[in-house]
This record gives sequence, structure tokens and C-alpha cells, in this order.
Amino acid sequence: MSDIRAELAKLLRRPASWLLLGVAVTLGLLFNYVVPYLGYAGGVGAMPTSERGLRNALPENLVGNSVAGSPVFVGALALVLGVLAVGSEYAWSTWKTVLSQGTSRVRLYVAKVVAVVTATLVTTLCIFGTGAAAAMSIATAEDMPVDWPAPSELVVGVAGGWLVTSMWATFGVLLAVLLRSVALPVGLGLVWVLAVQNLVATLAAPLIDWVADLQRYLPGPNAGSLVASLGAGADTPGVAEIVEGGQAALVVGGYTALFVVLGGWMLVRRDIM
Amino acid sequence: MNMVETSGLTKRYGHTPAVDTLDLTVQRGEVYGFLGPNGAGKTTTLRMLLGLVRPTSGSVLLNGRSPTDPGSLKGVGALIEGPAFYPYISGRRNLEILARHAGRNRKAVSHALELVRLAERADERYDRYSLGMKQRLGLAAALLKDPELLVLDEPTNGLDPAGMAEIRNLVAALKVRGVTVLLSSHILAEVQQMCDRVGVMSDGVLKAEASVAELRGAGAVEIAAHPLDRAVSVARALVPEGVSVDGTTIRLNVHRGEAAEINAALVRAGVEVHALSWREPELEEVFLELTGGVGRDV
Repeated sequence: MSDIRAELAKLLRRPASWLLLGVAVTLGLLFNYVVPYLGYAGGVGAMPTSERGLRNALPENLVGNSVAGSPVFVGALALVLGVLAVGSEYAWSTWKTVLSQGTSRVRLYVAKVVAVVTATLVTTLCIFGTGAAAAMSIATAEDMPVDWPAPSELVVGVAGGWLVTSMWATFGVLLAVLLRSVALPVGLGLVWVLAVQNLVATLAAPLIDWVADLQRYLPGPNAGSLVASLGAGADTPGVAEIVEGGQAALVVGGYTALFVVLGGWMLVRRDIM
Repeated sequence: MNMVETSGLTKRYGHTPAVDTLDLTVQRGEVYGFLGPNGAGKTTTLRMLLGLVRPTSGSVLLNGRSPTDPGSLKGVGALIEGPAFYPYISGRRNLEILARHAGRNRKAVSHALELVRLAERADERYDRYSLGMKQRLGLAAALLKDPELLVLDEPTNGLDPAGMAEIRNLVAALKVRGVTVLLSSHILAEVQQMCDRVGVMSDGVLKAEASVAELRGAGAVEIAAHPLDRAVSVARALVPEGVSVDGTTIRLNVHRGEAAEINAALVRAGVEVHALSWREPELEEVFLELTGGVGRDV
């Protein structure tokens, strides 16, 4: 536990962690609530479209709205968090300082992963919390019905969003261990999350059958399918129900476990320079 | 049981040996100086001692245990290749985080900061520290666990003369308390002052391991005499294997106590003895001879 507390303290006291959380929450509020509301209240869009936008911003869609960003932009921010948590130890040469205190590599790595997935849980809860406040404000301002999702839906929604952001965060952890740095893992990770998987889905999959089949097993499409099954709008980047929700959750969970184990295996085997 | 013992310790990167079949012993309670030019393999050795780098072959025992055994570093403090900390928090916060990893409390943090005289500036952000302050914090981190064995890689780097003297005093105080210290340094005078024994490393190989006195101990009687050739003949008759001539100086590798006898023999042979002195080499000379370096950065 003391290793986990130490790792949590590092994340908590790091300004970059709060910046990433702030960006994730702000972008979620902006695209799920502020833009649709402004479009309805004074925008130039056709009325049916802007009304649909407003309806999507109401409390009944809290789960779908809150998880919609996790396959792409919140996932990308989670990846950056994972890279920073581990890659900075290489960049600042602090592995030697910490490991000289006598804690084992396995314990330290497990503590790091626990701290990172705790941070992704906090991020997910903040997105849900601020989303709830925004949805409530819009419903009250427009005198619309306030129908909250059932508690079980909320729990499953938070779990789904947490799982997807944790998968990307642990992907960041793996890249940081693999490349022993910060800049390159962030760059390559973002290229994958923001560009490559989008190109695979929109360009390659419609043209090549085996790529379309392969998508069923790739992390991005499964993350998109999982959040789609939880109610995320299909017009959100990265969201498409390619496989059913149960399988998607298993694949996303499997990738998370794989990234954690691979990263740990490499950290334990390699020299700390 | 020795505090540190390596046996055939080897680390290769590709075909290049960074450390080659190293047999090193550090005895309990001593201050051991680890000397060698840049790239000699000192830091790689220290990293292997702490389990940061895995040996290609051979073994390391710290207090009888492998450094990869859980808990084997419990009584070991280390500062390897310069201080490294989290720049966005204060020195004190850095130590508090490390203390959690080490299973120590805040009292240990305050004590370590006081030992290195950093308590007053401990609440400033680490990235605003001077090089000397960073080095002190590195030492504080090494002292957090109240170690039995302290491994210090160039501990006086970045310190001003007063700071260097403080470190020497600190090491001396730790030795009195029974702490074993293994330190590498490029300042030979410092090693000479602080260390009981010295290991000299070059090209990954331990060239010598002995006390400072033993290393320097091969002294010689130096003589300036006239005529030189007759003096050399007399000297060679007395010491057939141990005479060398450097310009007009005759050097005899004998014990100090034989100087008077040699002087008498020269006088009896009609040689005018202008000067006769006992000379011990500086550690630096021994070091340069062992490592094959002349004026190299050590």
C-alpha cells in the first residue's frame, strides 16, 4: 500500500495530471452540452437538428454522453497520462532513485498501474459528474424533463468508460516502458489513437474484407463498440457498434491486461540505465 | 561476512565487456574507494550491486544476499551517477515519496535533511535547486534508511570546497557509527583522506585492490651521487634486482631502514653522496601507472 500511496502522491502533485483532467472535462462539456445548447438557443442550424442536439444533452443521455469521448479524445488524454506516469521515470532518471530505496520492480510497477487506473476512474467520474450538472442545468433552463438513467445503468456506464480509458492509459504505460522515454511514446500513441485506427475504420475496412474482420479484434473498434452499446451517439468519432457490447468489453479488458503484463515483463527484464 | 562481495562479475554489451570478471570485496565497517577513469566500468559495477543492471555472468552478494532478493536493499543507501528527483515538487516532498517506498516515516526525512544541511531549503521546488543542493538531496535520499552500507558515486560532485569538507566529515562520522561506505571519486586526494582501502578499475578490470598505504607503500630510496657510474655499481652490488636510474637520480627499491647501510657502503666506496631521501609515490602516480593513463580525467 505504501508504494501505491507514493505513486498516487506523484500523480496528485503533478500539474500535468490536473491539466489533462481539466482538458478531458472541458472538451466533454463543450461537445456534449455547450455546443448543442448554443446551437439550440441561438444557432443557425435547422430546428429539427438543433432540437435533437438539445434532447441529447438532457439527463436521460448522461451515460452515452459521458462515455462517448473515451474511444478517441479522452482515450488519447489517458494515453498521455499513462506515458507521463512511467516515461518520466526514464526522462528524469528517477527509476534508480526509487528502486534504490529497496522496493521491487514488480511492486513498483503494480503501484504505478494502480495509480494510473485510479486516475482514469477519477477522470471518468468527473466527466459523469460535470456532465450531470450540465445536463441538469440545461433541462432546468429549458423546462425539459429531468429523467436520470437508472443507478445500474450509471454503474455500468462508469465501468465501461473506466475500462476504455484504462485500456488507453495502460497502452501508454506499455509504450513508455518499450521506448524508455516520453516524447516518442506520446507521439506514436497519439498517431495510433487519433489517426491510424480512424484510417483503418473509414478507409481500409470498407475496401478490404480481412481488414474489416480484423477490426473486430482491434482495441479502437472494440472500445467504440462498447461505448456505442452504452448509448454513445454513432455520430461521435470512433463510436460504431461493430461487435456487441459483451464481446467488446471482453476484448477491451483483454487488451488492458495484455498491455499491463507486457509492460511489467519488459520492465522487470531490462536493465535500468 | 563481507558487506559486498562480487565473484567473476561480468557485464557485456554485445561483445564489449563493460565489467570483466570482477572480484571485489568491501569489508564491514570500512570506507572503500572505487577509482578508475571515465568508462572504466565503475558505475556499471555499482548499478549491478544495486540490482539495476543484471550481470551477464558472475554474482553479487550484499551482506550475504543477492540484490535481487526481496528486501536485500533494506539496509543499503545509494546515490548513483548524480541525483535524480521529481522536478515539480520540493526536496522534502521528494524525500517523503521515497520514504513511502522505503517504509520510513517523516521523521526520517527531517533527520536526513538535517544531516546534509538542507532542512532550511527543503520546501523549495527541486528544479530550482543549485547543483550542490541537488547533490545534498541525493545524499539525503541515500541516508533515508539509516543504512548499514552506503554506496556513493562521486558524492562531492557539484559541491563547493566547504560542501566537500562536510561530506568528508559526514563519511567519517558514518564510519565511526559502523556504516560501511563504498564510494567512487575522481578526486584522489579525497580518496586518500577518506578511504581505508581502494579498488582501481580500468577497462572493466580491477587492476588493484589494497589499502591506500599498501598501494603507496612501494617506496624507494633516491640518491644523488658522484661519480654516478660507480654509485650505480655499488647500488647494484647491494640490491641486484631493485635499482633504476632516472637522469642523475638512482632509485633503489628497498625498505626505508636500509637507507643508512646503503649510504655507508657508497661512502666506503669513495662515492660522494649529495642527497639521499625516502620517497613514497602519490596515489595519483600509482593510479596513473595502474590505469595506463597520463593526465586523464579520473
